Amino acid sequence: MTPAATELATATNEHLAGISNTLVYSAMAVYTLAFFAYIAEWLFGSRSKVARTAAALTAQEGTAQGGAKAAPAVAVRSAGGTTVLERPEVVVRSAAGARDVPDGPGAHGGDAQGDLYGRIAVSLTVLAFLVELCGVVARAASVQRAPWGNMYEFNITFSTVAVGVYVTLLALKKNVRWLGLFLTTTVLLDLGLAVTVLYTASDQLVPALHSYWLYIHVSTAIFCGAVLYVGAVATLLYLFKDSYESKLQSGGRPGTFATSVLERLPASASLDKFAYRVNAAVFPLWTFTIIAGAIWAESAWGRYWGWDPKETWAFITWVAYACYLHARSTAGWKGRKAAYIALIAFGCWLFNYYGVNLFVGGKHSYAGV
Amino acid sequence: MSDTTTGETPGTVPSGDEDLGAAGSQLSTAPVETAVPGSFGGSRAPGAAGWLAWSGREALGWARWFWRQLTSMRVALLLLFLLSLGAVPGSLIPQTGSDALKVQDFRDAHTTLAPVYDELGLFHVYSSVWFSAIYILLFISLIGCIVPRTWQFVGQLRSRPPGAPRRLTRLPAYATWRTAASPDEVREAALKALRQRRFRTHSPKLSAPLEQGGAPTGDAVAAEKGYLREAGNLLFHVALIVLLVAFAWGQLYKTEGNKLVVEGDGFSNTLTQYDDFKSGNLFDDANLVPFSFDLKKFTGTYERTGPQKGTPRIYRADVDYSVGAEGGQRAGSISPNHPLEVGDARVYLVSHGYAPTVTVRDGKGKVVLHQAVPLLPMDPNVTSQGAIKVFDGYRSPQGRSEQLGFEAFFVPTFAGAGKGTMFSQFPALDFPVLAVTGYHGDLGVDAGVPQNVYQLDTKNLKQFKDAKGNIVKARLLPGETMKLPGGAGSITFDKDIKEWAGFQIVQQPGTDWALAGAVAAILGLAGSLFIQRRRVWVRAVEGADGVTVVEIAGLGRSESAKLPEEIGHLAALVHDRAPTHSDADPDREPDADTPAPVEGADTK
Ligand code: HEM
Repeated sequence: MTPAATELATATNEHLAGISNTLVYSAMAVYTLAFFAYIAEWLFGSRSKVARTAAALTAQEGTAQGGAKAAPAVAVRSAGGTTVLERPEVVVRSAAGARDVPDGPGAHGGDAQGDLYGRIAVSLTVLAFLVELCGVVARAASVQRAPWGNMYEFNITFSTVAVGVYVTLLALKKNVRWLGLFLTTTVLLDLGLAVTVLYTASDQLVPALHSYWLYIHVSTAIFCGAVLYVGAVATLLYLFKDSYESKLQSGGRPGTFATSVLERLPASASLDKFAYRVNAAVFPLWTFTIIAGAIWAESAWGRYWGWDPKETWAFITWVAYACYLHARSTAGWKGRKAAYIALIAFGCWLFNYYGVNLFVGGKHSYAGV
Repeated sequence: MSDTTTGETPGTVPSGDEDLGAAGSQLSTAPVETAVPGSFGGSRAPGAAGWLAWSGREALGWARWFWRQLTSMRVALLLLFLLSLGAVPGSLIPQTGSDALKVQDFRDAHTTLAPVYDELGLFHVYSSVWFSAIYILLFISLIGCIVPRTWQFVGQLRSRPPGAPRRLTRLPAYATWRTAASPDEVREAALKALRQRRFRTHSPKLSAPLEQGGAPTGDAVAAEKGYLREAGNLLFHVALIVLLVAFAWGQLYKTEGNKLVVEGDGFSNTLTQYDDFKSGNLFDDANLVPFSFDLKKFTGTYERTGPQKGTPRIYRADVDYSVGAEGGQRAGSISPNHPLEVGDARVYLVSHGYAPTVTVRDGKGKVVLHQAVPLLPMDPNVTSQGAIKVFDGYRSPQGRSEQLGFEAFFVPTFAGAGKGTMFSQFPALDFPVLAVTGYHGDLGVDAGVPQNVYQLDTKNLKQFKDAKGNIVKARLLPGETMKLPGGAGSITFDKDIKEWAGFQIVQQPGTDWALAGAVAAILGLAGSLFIQRRRVWVRAVEGADGVTVVEIAGLGRSESAKLPEEIGHLAALVHDRAPTHSDADPDREPDADTPAPVEGADTK
C-alpha cells in the first residue's frame, strides 16, 4: 500500500470507530427513552389493581375446605383443524400441590394507556437494539475482526445479544414483556460501565486468538450468557412472586407496592417454569461452549484443559447449572431451593465474566481489560 | 391423597405422581430413596456364632446403606456442589501447575499462610487429595447410579407401556367426548393415530383384561414415546465417565516441556534437551516419542497498516523433522493453532524472538565468542532484552583470565535517533538496533546455582567505564562495533540477525477419547433435555345408554406445554374416526358416564 492509501485506510477505520461510538451512545439514549416508557407502563398500570391472586387462592381454599381437591385449572385449547367447535377440548391440570394462580396481566395491568406506553417501550427497545447492533457491526468493521477483543467489546455485544433474545421471544409471541423494565435497566448499566470504565480504543488481537474455534467459542459464550441472564431475572422474580403468593395464602397482607408490582407478573409457577426452560434449553449449548473452548485451547496452548481461572470458573458455572437441573429433575428440590441454586449458578457466570478478568487474571486476559 | 392404591408399588413412584400407581412409575429411571430399618443385624442369637452372624449382617447392612447413600440423588447433588466449591480456591490462589513463579512470590510474601496452604494442598488444588476424593466419590456414585438405571431402562424397553390409571381425569392433560362409534372402533382409531405418531402402543386385546394389580386397564390403549430421553440421559452420564477417565489418563502420562531453538539449531526429544520439563506421575522416560527436528527458518510478517498494525500475518516455523532413531528427514511447518504432530506428541509454536549474532574479541583481536544470542521479547513489537556471556577464553589486557558479560537491549525497528525511546516501533526487522553495555569479572556460574541465561548476576562484575568514569555503552547498527575501554577488546553486532522460535512439546494420551466423550455428552444431553418422555392412554367404554365415552389423557415426566397440544392433536385424529355423538345431551357432564367412580371436585 502506498502511504496515501495507508492513511486513507487508517482514517476510514478511525471514522468507523467514531461512528460506532456515536451509535452506541445513541442506543443508550433510546434505551433510556424505552426505560422511561416502561416506567410509564408500570405507573399507569398500577391504577387498575386486581387482586386476582388473592381471589384465586381464596377460591382454592374454599374447595379445599369442602374436603375435595382443587378443581383443575382449565385451559381450553382449540384442537386444531377447522371444525374447532366440534373437536374435543383438552383440560389441563397443574401438578398436585401446586397453587392454581392465574398469570398477571403484565406491566400495564390491563390499563389501556399503560398498554400504549408498553407498546411504545417495546418499539423503542427494538429501535435501540437495531441502533446498537449497527454500532457493534461498525466496531467490528473498524477493527476488522469479530467485536470481542476486549471487555468493552464484550459488553456491547453482550447487551445487544441479551436484548436480541428478548426481542426474539417477543416476536415468538411469548409472554415476556414484563422483562422489559429489568432488561433495559441492566442494559443501561452494562453500557454505562462499558463506555466509562471499560472503554478501550480499537486494538489488535494476539495471534493465539486467530482461530475459528475461538469465534465459535466466544459467540456461543456470549449468547449463553444472554439467555442465562434472562433465566436469572425470571428466577429472581419467581422468588419475589412466590413469597408474595405464600404470604397471601397464609392470610398475610403484602404491602401495596409489592402487590402492585407482583400482581402484574405471571404466576410464580409460570415464572419458575419459564426460568427452568430457559436454563435447561441453553445448558447443552453452554456445555458445547466449554468444549469448543477446550478444543481451541488444545490447538493454541497445547492442552485442552489447564485449570486456568477462566476455564475453572466456566467449569464451576457448568457444575452449578448441572446441580440446578439435577435438583429440579431428580432430587425433588423444586421451587425456592432450586431457584437459589440457579441464582448462585448465574452468579458464577457473572463472576467468570467480570470478576475473573478484573480481579484474577490468567491466560485469558490478554486484551488489556 | 392416595386413595387409589391399586397397583402402586411403594417406593418406585416419584413424588407428585403418588396417585397414579404403576402408570406414573418408571417414567424415568431415577433412583428413589428408601427407608432404612433400625438395625441391620436384627436379633442376635446367643454365643460366638450368633455374634459373628449378627456382625456379618450388620456390616453388610451398613455397607449396603453406605452404597445406597453414595448413589442417592441427594449425595450426588451434594458431591456436585462440593466439586464446584472445591474448584474455587484453585482459581484464586496461584497454582504450581500453571505458574510456579507466582507461587514462589506468594510464598515469599505470606510466610505464615504458605505452610498452611501447603498442608492443605492449596497450591495444587486439582491434584490434591481432597479434590480427587470429591470427584472420585462423585464418579463412583455416578457408576453406581448408571448401572442399575441402565438395566432398569432395558427392562422398560422390553416390557409394555403400563396400563391406564383408574381415573384419567387426574392426569395433566385430558380430553373426553361421547361418540356413536363402538369402543373397539375407537381403540382401533387410537392405535392407528398413536402408531402414526410413532408411539409404542399396547392394546388391551393383546393382553389379559385385568392386570397390574387389578387396575381396569383392559379398556384402555396405552402408549409411550420419548425413550430417547432416557437413552440420552444415560449416554450423557456414561460420556462423563469416559471424559473423566480420558482426562485422568492424560494427566498421569502427560509430558510438557519447552525448548527455545535458534534458526539453524535443532532439538531431539530427550529429557536433557528441554529447557524445562513437567510430567505426570506415571510418566517414564521411555514414553517420550522419539523424534527430532531442525529449525530451518522462522518467518514472521506483520500487518503494516490499519488498526491491526503489528499483528502477525504469517507466523511460521519451517522445520525438517525425522521420526524414530534413524528416520528420513521430512519438511514440515508449525504455526499457532497448527502444531506438528508426531505420534502422541505435538509441537506447538508458542513464542518467537530475535537472536542477534555478536562477535566478542579480546584486546589482541582473538575471537572469544561468535554466536547468535537469543533475547527475550518484552512487548508485542519485540523490544527484547537479554545477556551476552563469555564464560572462558577471555584474557584481560593485564593477562588475567576473566569472564565478560553484556547487558543487551534490542529493537527490530528503532524509532530513530533523537526520537527518545529505545522501544521498538514494529515487530519486523526494519531498523534493528542493539544497545549494549559491558561488564567484566566473575559471572558467578561456579557457585553451582542454576543461572538465568537472560540475566547477568552483577554481584561480582565490574562495569566497563571510560577514563572519565562514564559507563561505556553504545547503540549499534548491524556491522558496528563497540570498543571496550583500555584495550579490553570489542563487541561487534554482526549483520546476520537470526530469529528463534519457542516450542512447547506436549504429549498427552487420551485426547481423542476425551473429545469423543465430550461429543457424546452433548448429544446425550440434548436428548435428555429436549425430548419429552410421555405416556398416553385412550379409554373407550360403552355407557349405560349405549353411547361410547372416549377419554384420552397424557402424562409427561415434567410438565410441558407440548403435552396438552399433543393430546389435542391425538384427540382430533381419533375424533375424525369417532366423531361426537350428535344427540348427546350437551348439558350432561361427560364424567358422569366414566366407568370408574370419580369423587372429588372433578364432578362438582
Ligand atoms: C458428574 C456429575 C454429573 C453431572 C454433570 C450430571 C448432570 C446431569 C444433567 C445435566 C441431567 C439432566 C437434567 C434434566 O433431565 O433436567 C442429569 C440427570 C440425571 N442424573 Fe446426573 N449428573 C451427574 C452425576 C450424576 C450422578 C452421580 C447420578 C446418580 C447418583 C446422576 C443421576 C441422574 C439422574 C437419575 C438424572 C435424571 C434422569 C431423568 O430425568 O430421567 N447424575 N444429570
